[in-house]
Amino acid sequence: MPTVTRREFLKVGVAGAGAVAATGLGFDIAVAESTRVKQNLRIAGAKELHSICPYCAVGCSLVAYTRQKSNGTTELLQIEGDPDSPVNEGRLCPKGATAMQLAISPRRVESPQYRASGATGWKSVSWDFVLDKIANNVKASRDASFITTDGNGSTVNRCEGIAFAGGAAFSSEEGYFATKLMRGLGLVHLEQQARV
Amino acid sequence: MTNHWRDIRHADLILINGANPAEAHPVGFQWFMRAKLDRGAKLIHADPRFTRTSAVADMYLRIRTGSDVAYFGGLINHVLQNNLFHDEYVRNYTNASFVVKDGYGFNDGLFSGYDPDKRTYNIATWAYESNARTGYASRDLTLQHPRSVFQLMKAHYSRYTPEVVSSITGIPVDDFKKVADLVGQMGKPDKVMTIVYAVGLTHHTTGGQLIRSGAVLQLLLGNMGRPGGGMNAERGHANIQGNTDHAISWEILPGYLRIPAPGQKTIADYVAASAPKKSDPHSWNFFGTNYSKFMVSTLKAWYGDAANKDNEFAFNFVPKPAQNSSWMSIYDQALKGKMEGLILSGMTAASIGPDSNQVRQALGNLKWLVVMDPLPTTSSEFWHAPGVDASQVKTEVFMLPTTHWIEKDGSFVNSGRWSQWKDQVLPPEGQARHDHWILADLFQRVKKLYQSQGGKFPDPINSLTFAYKDPAKPELDEIAREINGKDLSTGKQMTSFANLKDDGTTTTGDWIYTGSYLDTGNLMKRRQGIQDPKANDPTGMGFYPNWAWSWPLNRRVMYNRASADLDGKPWDPARPGIAWDGSKWVGDVPDYPATMNPRDPNAYLPFIMNGEGVGRLFSNGMVDGPFPEHYEPVESPVANPLHPNNSASPVAFLYDKAAGRPNRFGTPQEFPYIATSYRLTEHEHYVTQHVPHLVQLQPKPFVEIPYELASQKGIKSGDQVRVSSKRGKVEVLALVTKRLGPMTVAGQKVYQIGIPIHWGYVGVSADSDPSHGRYWLANALTPFVGDANARTPEFKAFLVNLEKM
Repeated sequence: MPTVTRREFLKVGVAGAGAVAATGLGFDIAVAESTRVKQNLRIAGAKELHSICPYCAVGCSLVAYTRQKSNGTTELLQIEGDPDSPVNEGRLCPKGATAMQLAISPRRVESPQYRASGATGWKSVSWDFVLDKIANNVKASRDASFITTDGNGSTVNRCEGIAFAGGAAFSSEEGYFATKLMRGLGLVHLEQQARV
Repeated sequence: MTNHWRDIRHADLILINGANPAEAHPVGFQWFMRAKLDRGAKLIHADPRFTRTSAVADMYLRIRTGSDVAYFGGLINHVLQNNLFHDEYVRNYTNASFVVKDGYGFNDGLFSGYDPDKRTYNIATWAYESNARTGYASRDLTLQHPRSVFQLMKAHYSRYTPEVVSSITGIPVDDFKKVADLVGQMGKPDKVMTIVYAVGLTHHTTGGQLIRSGAVLQLLLGNMGRPGGGMNAERGHANIQGNTDHAISWEILPGYLRIPAPGQKTIADYVAASAPKKSDPHSWNFFGTNYSKFMVSTLKAWYGDAANKDNEFAFNFVPKPAQNSSWMSIYDQALKGKMEGLILSGMTAASIGPDSNQVRQALGNLKWLVVMDPLPTTSSEFWHAPGVDASQVKTEVFMLPTTHWIEKDGSFVNSGRWSQWKDQVLPPEGQARHDHWILADLFQRVKKLYQSQGGKFPDPINSLTFAYKDPAKPELDEIAREINGKDLSTGKQMTSFANLKDDGTTTTGDWIYTGSYLDTGNLMKRRQGIQDPKANDPTGMGFYPNWAWSWPLNRRVMYNRASADLDGKPWDPARPGIAWDGSKWVGDVPDYPATMNPRDPNAYLPFIMNGEGVGRLFSNGMVDGPFPEHYEPVESPVANPLHPNNSASPVAFLYDKAAGRPNRFGTPQEFPYIATSYRLTEHEHYVTQHVPHLVQLQPKPFVEIPYELASQKGIKSGDQVRVSSKRGKVEVLALVTKRLGPMTVAGQKVYQIGIPIHWGYVGVSADSDPSHGRYWLANALTPFVGDANARTPEFKAFLVNLEKM
């Protein structure tokens, strides 16, 4: 049997004449090629997009396949390792290999939730409701804790009573944007996952 | 990482400390295995626990957690005593020849300048002697001066004999000597060793010095800047590197510029206090020389026309913190009632801790808490966690559903500094919104409130640039262009940070990313990988320069000038980083002027970012000593064998004590066992508690208990056990194993217990548990204390008791 690389295999697969005769964990590519079995692959005709694994910082490249459904929604068909990457060469660990279950999850929070002081349950609320309320909180806490000049007469213009933490799962550009906005508000308590 | 994942394949020897790459970074580990299988590299794994990494290592050393300074210190001593260092490199590329001022000293565990009341050092004596003629640091290239860094270092580490190393680390003397023999061969110019580490080194009160001790060893062996060498941190989250670079961190601004301090009024004051200073006539001091250009260009990016020469480019808009404001400080301030609001984005304080019970108390002390996440977290749900009476929790809590990584584009930066762009694969699910859209919208609402109501110092809020097509919905592509920066006079994207100016005519969001997004396009999107190695890896060294983009300037190995000798010839021609071809440097993107002849009498020293121009074996950049020294963890079963009177770090900041709260540290009498924490392959921190396949693979929390200790206590695998510290407890299953075992430390028998961190009261596992995971938070056990420099918590070494339930 000739040696078939993952890339060649994928090419055959995407061409719509892919192998289905599975032998153990492998595929008999020679048989598939010779017989040209007419079989639609799950990813046949799918759009091929590129992503990066959301877990650790090895930075494994992913290939994601999607298809537009007739109702206008996008269906995620498959996520797998990108064979072109000099980092992972197509390989993924158990976490990366199950990334689809993180991407599409029935456990997602469906709408903004609000829990008032002392309340014993969540309330589903609108985006406008939460954003207005948080904006008012930010302004009140900023005004209450903002120091323009310290005890030595130095201009310090800092907000001491609000902290922001996060970003290890942000795209870099989101992280930069968060830094810019939070420093713009005068925050000094700014943190992410680097220390912890 | 100074190097990158694929580069590890070039090493002859791989030291792995405080890391378990086979399980925590399995796909990256293929490059360790390639080094072993393809070139016969040796792997040495020093870890408290025998793991899958140990299973394929050539040597496994059971080391006591937190004692790696002694391990590296012993190796440094071996290299120095036996003249095994890379002589030419050490003389010319390190500060070994620099002479330290009279008055520096080290006695009984304390460096000179210690103030016991303040628990801080005055570092004035940790400075170079100034040469009266040149004004620069005195040097003695013979390395014989008694106050040369070389001689001081030799004396400092002479205490780290194999016997002392063994007494501190628990590694048998003979095993340590075997390692020392292997490491000692790596100072030959044609040999190269890499050190790979993870949070097993950083999560200690001595974390910064643990890493420095490895870096010092690497400088002595001449392994910094070389393919197959370096100090390589495996980072644990997809984009922790990118968002450290972009300064979601209290002490820095983008590109590792320091946050300004109170008292600084002008850019000049700021630069004088923050930038490295040139201490040798041949030092370029590139960072120090250009510091003001990077700062002013960032202020221009942030404040646009409101930043100009007349107002010091809006320097007074940048907040100036009074004190440390890092992770633990946030909760410390909340406990003191001084923190009103907290926004947590993709990060759960309740699980992370340290001292989760105290952190949850702090969350309950806030006025308001905003959690931005696609999935519920232990922080969004802290107010009705098992055992908590929700009606008594006053904090107002908001849960904002955000998009996942796959629902947005943008870049992720891996441990090797490769910034890789990703596509938006899916539209946002349901009502979920992008984090940056939430923040943009929120900011615009706050701005409106200031405009309509007035309030404290609204100027920076009103001036912050929002040059996006839709200010409430900036595109990540637009932000990526902003980060790169542009020339305001031509409107063109900057091509290099070398062209940034401090006259207000250039911008950059983060100078180390200048060059990532040119007028010709976004270089982070490049995809010329292993589909054609011949075309895409022209040097054959695995740099793949047209795959994504790496900072700085697409350089794949940092400090690579040091990969070649004084003539510009690679130390090992078979593994070149860069080489001088007679008119220019070729190979990787040089960390040096592209056409500077190395034999030019005015040629710069190799480490262009340092004031010294050379690597620092001795540094006054750390608050806890110019040389790494072994200190015990704050909770330890033994006194420091080197200096029992100053056993633990004399400058680690003790939050509870400083705030007047009751002591939360335990004694070995009450809590006799050492514990450490770690990850499993199948989970990532806490988010994977929502991924059913992964929960099926690792369904329940457990602790790993050494066989001998379990036998004494009558504990069998599968029994329910209680592990408690002074701060809290976990009640989970026992996994009895020989992967952990007794050790002899300071003449005493000690045991270490292993605790995976992944479980809590939120997720698939908790949903199926009768107690709903009430006592599953591993960080309920960990101490609220951190590294003296970075305040990184001591997650990896603390004391516990163990009981069968």
